[in-house]
Amino acid sequence: MEFLDVVLLSRIQFAMTVGFHFLFPPLTIGMAWIIVIMQTLYLRTNHDLYQKMSYFWIKLFAISFVVGVASGIVMEFQFGTNWSEYSRFVGDIFGAPLAAEGILAFFLESAFIGVLIWGKERVSKKFYWFSSLMVALGSTLSAFWIIVANSWMQTPAGFHINNGRAELTDFWAAVFNPSTVPRYLHTVDAALITGAFFIMGISAYYLFKKRHLDLAKKSLKIALIVALVASLMQGVLGHSHAVQVAHTQPEKLAAFEGIFETETEAPLLIFGIPDGEERTVHFAVGIPKLLSWIAFGDTSAEVKGLNDYPKEEWPPLGITFISFHLMVGLGVLFIGTTLLGAYLLRRGTIYQNPLYLKLLMFCIPLPFIANELGWIAAEVGRQPWIVYRLMKTVEGASFTVPAAQVLLSIIVFIAIYAVLFSVWIFLLKRKIAEGPTESVPSTKGVRM
Amino acid sequence: MTLATLQTIWFLLVTVLITGYALLDGFDLGIGNLHLFTKDDHERSAMFYTIGPFWDSNQVWLLTGGGAIFAAFPMVYATVFSGFYLALMLLLFALIFRAVSIEFQHLLDTPRWKKVWDIGFSLGSILPSVLFGVAVGNILRGIPLDAQHNFAGTFFGLLNPYAIVIGLVSLAMFTMHGAAFLIAKTDSPLSQKARGWGRNAWLAYIILFTIGTIWSYISTPRLFENFFHQPLLFILPVMALAGMLYYPVALKKDARWQPFLASALNITGVMAIAAVSLFPYLVPANNNLANSLTIYNASSSQLTLNVMLILALIGMPLVIAYTGYIYRKFGGTTVTKPASGSKFNLPG
Repeated sequence: MEFLDVVLLSRIQFAMTVGFHFLFPPLTIGMAWIIVIMQTLYLRTNHDLYQKMSYFWIKLFAISFVVGVASGIVMEFQFGTNWSEYSRFVGDIFGAPLAAEGILAFFLESAFIGVLIWGKERVSKKFYWFSSLMVALGSTLSAFWIIVANSWMQTPAGFHINNGRAELTDFWAAVFNPSTVPRYLHTVDAALITGAFFIMGISAYYLFKKRHLDLAKKSLKIALIVALVASLMQGVLGHSHAVQVAHTQPEKLAAFEGIFETETEAPLLIFGIPDGEERTVHFAVGIPKLLSWIAFGDTSAEVKGLNDYPKEEWPPLGITFISFHLMVGLGVLFIGTTLLGAYLLRRGTIYQNPLYLKLLMFCIPLPFIANELGWIAAEVGRQPWIVYRLMKTVEGASFTVPAAQVLLSIIVFIAIYAVLFSVWIFLLKRKIAEGPTESVPSTKGVRM
Repeated sequence: MTLATLQTIWFLLVTVLITGYALLDGFDLGIGNLHLFTKDDHERSAMFYTIGPFWDSNQVWLLTGGGAIFAAFPMVYATVFSGFYLALMLLLFALIFRAVSIEFQHLLDTPRWKKVWDIGFSLGSILPSVLFGVAVGNILRGIPLDAQHNFAGTFFGLLNPYAIVIGLVSLAMFTMHGAAFLIAKTDSPLSQKARGWGRNAWLAYIILFTIGTIWSYISTPRLFENFFHQPLLFILPVMALAGMLYYPVALKKDARWQPFLASALNITGVMAIAAVSLFPYLVPANNNLANSLTIYNASSSQLTLNVMLILALIGMPLVIAYTGYIYRKFGGTTVTKPASGSKFNLPG
């Protein structure tokens, strides 16, 4: 089976499994913090509505969380199964954040998620609130270590090459490599947007259908405030991430922006179709000087173009350019939507505005798409490197694994993920249709 | 600390993580293995209810074990996981289904829905229970490695009779453990049934364990050398045997936790025996012992081992403290048939 290429297949499998997994953590991280807000309000006001709200959102949260857990198991092992050469090369550095994630974060969230899902009637109000906080904290910390690992692939630091592999020389330099902090803040903020838009959309659906009005109004309000703050912050955080890319991965920025010739006073493209063959962007529509100013704070700053780099080290232009631009466009849309929402909320008409409610329902999937696009831009934009300027992706695969076996696992993954995705959507729809339950049932399944 | 000391400490830490996994996820895997043995809907619900709050954090011991192997012995991570490719994929598929089965089964009240996830939970537990043993069996006996430490065997080579026997040993061991947890955490009639299941699993375990031990002694005498060099280590087989032999005695008594403690003692002993027999090898090469991965040639650098040791020493006591606290919060027995109302009070 010579037509099967183990590298290509491993890339497909990795992209597919991470792409699927990455639908869930941003949603659950964002929801977790909003649930903490609801639980805190309940603890302070003792108002039953807040408890009912938390229980309802925890139900949807739990369904999503478990799919995230299930698809996440794969990630812990996949570097070894499909990227063994990579694992050998970076093991001294890359394994540490994965282990740290387990020890410092994953245990925390998984121990307390048990309380959140199964402990409603078995623990005190306070401990239940504390558990919601620990789940939010644990999953947010978990994201930190994953971003550390991935950021090290983007902008490796704190190491030297010894005997043909990367060896750690400075742990904190590796952890806080140049891209860790901007990428982490950008990602967590994206998670808040995802969770908040999810809750807004479903609340809007209830308001639209005139069901569970109390719960829907309060939930929409809380989520809208979170979404507004997070969307506006994303303007700043996304920008600081782009500045970091401009400084540390200039070819990636050039691909994001379709810059071929190194130029001062570089424009910011709003639209265009990059063409690597002719080394130009067709139908380019841009704002002059803006890119130089955004990236370097100076309208006449020099922005490196792709022509300064050998063509075999260019990232794939089309995917990188399009995914980046679409992501930014969605980010702008989130700002607009939430600003409009804030305006309607102040005017007191938000709950009766069918058009706006419809817009919110329509928006539910958009943050998920933005997350995927952002991640595609980040990862495809790093190509051809698996570790930036240290190791190429084509060198990192498990060359001892027969390609046919990888093909087989891809097929099974497709089948399993299709089932999981359908069941997830099906259950969400069912539980949304069911709505919140009135109170905690009184029959106890436990004798203490 | 010298590099060699750190390498030995990390060998111990990885052993502790894997043993922790066997002790904790071992019981919920075991309950999964037993899940289809009862047809009673209440009893199946009680089984889910018993492990619901715990299974996820139990499973993290496996993920952290994987992460720790990657961090401390990256060569093992690369060789074993790529070498055992299909077996590992099979394991992952099973664990994926298992996770969603546990949390989805009770979300809808139709018989067909429940049946699908009951089967998912059961197969998703049986398959990993066997595969873990198969993996351990292959590692103990050694696998073919080339000079670059790459796996040089085949998937079907991994399914050799010896490894399958060890796979069945682990299936029986986890089943015993799961039965013991049910005895401690549920009331009659389920706990009575669990005593019966525990007894049968124990019988199978004793027979399989004896076959496995004799087979190991004949095929791979290397595994016994460390014990004869350091007779103090015989405390471990004594521990394992004590747990193994006390288990059926405990089943006959009316004590809730004794069978579980006996099983836990046995598992700890058995895992420690496996680790000692292997030391200092991590993946012995059975074609040429010189190609083996050992704690010395497979480890990370001194700095990484040091940093990770500090992280583990800070993190793991915390983990054990809050996990223990949550186990206590969820103390008490699950009532198989709630008095008021016919429905179990499951989440969702």
